[in-house]
Amino acid sequence: MSAREAATADEAAERRPTTSETLRRIVQGDLSSVRVVLGLVLIAAIFQIQEDRFLSAQNLTNLMLQITTIGLISVGIVYVLLLGEIDLSVGAVSGLSAAVMAVLSVKHGWNAYLAIAAAVAVGAAIGCLQGSLFSRFVVPSFVVTLAGLLAWEGALLQVLGQTGSLNITDPKITGLANIFYSDTVGWIFAAVIIAAYGAALAVGYRRRVAAGFDDVSPLPQIVRLVFVAAIVLVAVAILNSDRGVPLAVMILLGFVVGMEYVAKQTSFGRHVFAVGGNAEAARRAGIRVNRVRVAVFTIAGTMAAIGGVMAASRLFAVNQNSGGNELLLLAIAGPVIAGTSLFGGRGSVWTALLGALVIGSISNGMDLLSLSSAVKLMVTGGVLLLAVLVDAVARQQRQTSGRV
Amino acid sequence: MSAAATPLLELDGVSKRFGPVQALDRVDFAVGAGEVVGLVGDNGAGKSTLVKAIAGINPPDAGTIRFEGEEVRISKPQDATALGIATVYQDLALCDNLDVVANLFLGREQVSPGPARISRQLDEVKMEHETADLLSNLAVTIPSLRSEVGTLSGGQRQQVAVARSLLGDPKVVLLDEPTAALGVPQTKQVLELIRRLRERNLGVVVISHNLADVFAIADRVFVLRLGQAAGEFQAEEATEEHVIAAITGIGEGRDKNHENQQPEKGEGA
Repeated sequence: MSAREAATADEAAERRPTTSETLRRIVQGDLSSVRVVLGLVLIAAIFQIQEDRFLSAQNLTNLMLQITTIGLISVGIVYVLLLGEIDLSVGAVSGLSAAVMAVLSVKHGWNAYLAIAAAVAVGAAIGCLQGSLFSRFVVPSFVVTLAGLLAWEGALLQVLGQTGSLNITDPKITGLANIFYSDTVGWIFAAVIIAAYGAALAVGYRRRVAAGFDDVSPLPQIVRLVFVAAIVLVAVAILNSDRGVPLAVMILLGFVVGMEYVAKQTSFGRHVFAVGGNAEAARRAGIRVNRVRVAVFTIAGTMAAIGGVMAASRLFAVNQNSGGNELLLLAIAGPVIAGTSLFGGRGSVWTALLGALVIGSISNGMDLLSLSSAVKLMVTGGVLLLAVLVDAVARQQRQTSGRV
Repeated sequence: MSAAATPLLELDGVSKRFGPVQALDRVDFAVGAGEVVGLVGDNGAGKSTLVKAIAGINPPDAGTIRFEGEEVRISKPQDATALGIATVYQDLALCDNLDVVANLFLGREQVSPGPARISRQLDEVKMEHETADLLSNLAVTIPSLRSEVGTLSGGQRQQVAVARSLLGDPKVVLLDEPTAALGVPQTKQVLELIRRLRERNLGVVVISHNLADVFAIADRVFVLRLGQAAGEFQAEEATEEHVIAAITGIGEGRDKNHENQQPEKGEGA
């Protein structure tokens, strides 16, 4: 009897997936990012009350430049986390790659782009090696990349040699983190981004209509477009009122959008999620699980190298500390704070950006308040713990309500 | 050459040995198009071994397999898939974190036409459309095709797994314990689904411990005991007592406790 009712209820639900259904999709899909955005607003409010320079255009521009390296490295980390694995070597890899670039550029006089390409190739090769060792010998990724962390730090010292530090002078390299576009170019960027996003939404909508789905309504798409357009316009307005839109921000945004596309809309990305969710099921479905794993670690190494290049560009130098300190842990903590699961199969590349923003804001705000690194580290640790606890509670609620 | 004259899938004298254990001993087995065969037997009787032999996971040591009248070699799972034999294992092998559409097309995603093909962009619209068509053909009701499979009930998950096996357009479907661990209404849904497979003229082999379920859907019941064929019944003519007698090998059913203490022979329950 009750089963019959449930069945008819199911049928009814299937036949009219109306506004409540769409609303549910939006809310469930973006719940964790909404939580993070609220967290960001809270953080901004707290710092703004203490120190009114926090939300100034100059400081927000600085903040964006500060998070570029962590954000780029986190993009690779998100992929590793989606597999349910961890890569502890990304900090060291970013330092080593940057050192390779600096040595080639400064000591050997290589063309800047070739030097950068060599650095990225080093990162990709290291990631590929670690991924192969991990998948071929079924060693925990934790251990393989921990060994990598030590070895690549040693390699960094070796590459830098006796000097221990190299100053980068090539403007093509230093420009990466220090070029700002004029106001006009900034507005053109904004227009292009909004137009491209609108076009993508429109194409998707028209395809669904053409396919004859009855659950399509243009309203959510319009809301999304307006929302994104508002964010883009406000961001460009703020950046323009200081030094302009930085090239570094465009690079970070480009990688986040591009890698989010790969993760969510390509068959490779689908396979990453499948392996992270149930590797055995993926294997039986004919997915080459080990290839996916190697590719993901290669992505992590590549993104670490790109992050390292940006860090060197911003610092105008590579030294023995490059890629060291808490960079690695912050790059992993960021996506986790922003809602990418440590257990694999759940997350989004946007969490790389959002997480970097949370961590960057805290660090930047405490710098403005001239707090010591001791306090900064403890607060950042506390935020990470809080984020993971909130996530765990949310997961438990999903389980009790039948959602795994 | 009608389906009745030549069975779709025919095993002839198939044997399989695991070390000292003779898991299958000269078994003859057949399933025709539009026929549901219930494969029953005690733990360790060789049911799963037989299915794995057909599915290419454990190729037999001896005997011949004929598919549509022609002798074939099935030495790996891909061989079985290529012939048109699909298997739904008991653990279903679904990704809980992916939605119904993604699970159905896992490993054979549809790629968009046009320039986006370079990046192997998923054609979500096409996949969702085909999923909706397939599920409605099978009269499977799932609240939303975009809900994660982990949020579905056991019966719905089983139905998704069965539907997935149909995407490759198979001719024979092997189902390993499709109703185990399901409640009464869910079992009913899955049995309904199996009937619809028969209506699509597929050959269906169902392993089950539950004789009531077997009698509810099977046209024919095939009994294995200690790796040997121990009886074959037309479901309409046989009674549960006959089948139980064949399963246990004695005139009357034994008490449950004793039955459960039978040593298992390399076969998951």
